Amino acid sequence: MKTVQKLALAAVAIIVSGGMMLTGCNGGSGSGSKSDSTADNTILGAGSTFDNPLFSKMFSEYNKLNGLKVNYQSIGSGGGIQQLTSKTVDFGASDAPLNGKQDSALSSPVVIIPVTAGAVVISYNLPDLKDTLNFSPDVLAKIFLGDIKKWNDPMIAAINKGVKLPATDIQVAHRSDGSGTTNIFTTYLCKVSPDWESKVGKGSSVNWPIGLGGKGNEGVAGNIKQTPGGIGYVELAYAVQSNMAFGKMQNKAGNFITPSIASVTAAANISIPPDAKVSLTNTDAPDGYPISGLSWVLVYKEQKYSDRTAEKATQMLKLIQWMIHDGQQYSGPLNYAPLSPAAVSVGDAILKSVTYDGKPILQ
Amino acid sequence: METSIDNNLITRSENILERVITSTKIRDAVKGIKRIKRSHRQIRAENVFRRTLVIVALATVVLVLGIMLTLIIQSTLSIKTTGFSYLWGKTWDPVRDIFGAYPFLLGTLLTSFLALFISIPFSFAVAIFLGEYYPKGWLPNLLKNTVELIAAVPSVIYGFWGLAVLVPIVRVFETKIGVEPVGVGIFTASLILAIMVIPYAASLGQSMIKMVPSNLKEAAYSLGATRWEVIRSVILPYTKSGLFAGILLSLGRALGETMAVTMVIGNTSLIPKSIFAPGNTMASVIANEFTEADHPVYLSALIELGLVLFLVTVVINMIGKRLTKQFTN
Repeated sequence: MKTVQKLALAAVAIIVSGGMMLTGCNGGSGSGSKSDSTADNTILGAGSTFDNPLFSKMFSEYNKLNGLKVNYQSIGSGGGIQQLTSKTVDFGASDAPLNGKQDSALSSPVVIIPVTAGAVVISYNLPDLKDTLNFSPDVLAKIFLGDIKKWNDPMIAAINKGVKLPATDIQVAHRSDGSGTTNIFTTYLCKVSPDWESKVGKGSSVNWPIGLGGKGNEGVAGNIKQTPGGIGYVELAYAVQSNMAFGKMQNKAGNFITPSIASVTAAANISIPPDAKVSLTNTDAPDGYPISGLSWVLVYKEQKYSDRTAEKATQMLKLIQWMIHDGQQYSGPLNYAPLSPAAVSVGDAILKSVTYDGKPILQ
Repeated sequence: METSIDNNLITRSENILERVITSTKIRDAVKGIKRIKRSHRQIRAENVFRRTLVIVALATVVLVLGIMLTLIIQSTLSIKTTGFSYLWGKTWDPVRDIFGAYPFLLGTLLTSFLALFISIPFSFAVAIFLGEYYPKGWLPNLLKNTVELIAAVPSVIYGFWGLAVLVPIVRVFETKIGVEPVGVGIFTASLILAIMVIPYAASLGQSMIKMVPSNLKEAAYSLGATRWEVIRSVILPYTKSGLFAGILLSLGRALGETMAVTMVIGNTSLIPKSIFAPGNTMASVIANEFTEADHPVYLSALIELGLVLFLVTVVINMIGKRLTKQFTN
């Protein structure tokens, strides 16, 4: 009898608390503005996983300076843009500028501010090889299309004179997950190879003609390391940290460039359009590494939406301003390329164009 | 004080109660009222309890239907654009919005059934060994716990192990039999899955075998049957529906497994040419591409993939139930 009573009580308690939770939820959505004003010193962001290590460092440093808390969720560039579109975050971060479909889904214009730059390197596994390999755009596209099948192919030999190339089969590795890294890599291949553009195209996931997919940089790196004759693309920062062998890439000017923080920053030292929508891939800069890309922060151009306060908008813009100036000192140690002066000045101009109720926020 | 003592006694036994309460009629009257109250409360409690059970049970049904409804609604866009060719389309090209799930459907079914075939001898062996030969003792206990541990290990650990240990071994094996030595692929994924699903069929089979009435077995022995003959003609026929249910449970697990498979299957959207070729499963495509699906049709196509996986699981379960019924009759 007693146990039955206890059970009944427990059941009632569950039902009541469930009901309270439901009403609590309803009440919560009704009084959303209240909770916002109490959490005013927290900025919400979401997006690129590539930016995450740098952002974590930057936000913790900024917190020490100004006490502003930034909650950044590294859910991927696409997810960040979606969250910004549904206005659940204050800013998004993406490795690719908005595409047409994402742009049309937005209710009001969004501006993009370059915050850092990264590069994609070509890593390979040829155990007996001592020299660093050179790659030309044409060779790279043909390898990833499956047209060049052996490492001692005459086309590879032609740009690597004096290097003894083995007759090993080439095993291509690529990312299996949707990724900004893939986006930069395929954008580059589209620019340099009409064949690639017509057969594969560019995007964060593409229909790979050959090769094995690995999840994340570590997945691709694992595929390369385990397969003799393997080749694949990984982020520069990852390749440097895990001591992987990577090749030199021939850029538009014809120079073979070793990927490094300096050569990526150099790639971004070109004339950047006022809206910062530029792809660094196949850069015109003679000493720039050609498979580089900017990463952007995305915010609404008009900050007065939903029930945002002017104070919050100002705090966020000041944060981004700090990120592209003082915050850049944290890039190098984490193997991110600091922004070029050209990119910083464009970023400044864009930040000043952001308004609250039609008035510019930063002077 | 007194009432609390009385209360305790009531719950124990009425006889003791009557011996204790002897003195006054007032006491008896109080007692009577109390007992009526208690039984009212009791009935109410019973009702509340019963209703709670019904509500909670119905909630799970609503939840499953809700998940299915969500999948259908979210994939409408993709169903409209691609239509039925989604199921047998051979190209998955997010750049051009061409979505064909056939390679992944094939990959899922191939890995799951291959895993099942590999795992059945092992799980049945474990089940018969633990159920019939050595039901008690430290070694069977150790074996039983180890097999159960297989199910408890997170799948990402199997993925790591597969990538670090199994893939190089498979590569050597592939070189020996003369296929392209990739290492990762459908075959490796099936091996990992086979290990992961062993405990499901094994533990269910083992408890079924233990439940075989001993008089049946003893009768067989008394007629001069050997142990193998008892297993073949008494235990297996008696437990076949249970063993089959265990296989079904294993299959369900294999169909939906994501992480470990993603790590060793090679992740290509090409149709696998042999069981040693790399491929992809529906679950791993969703896991891989969902976060960066950057346009609505693409996202919808991935959700439709989830719907197809859901339906495949439901259909296989229904077929399995039907077959189990036939076996038992």
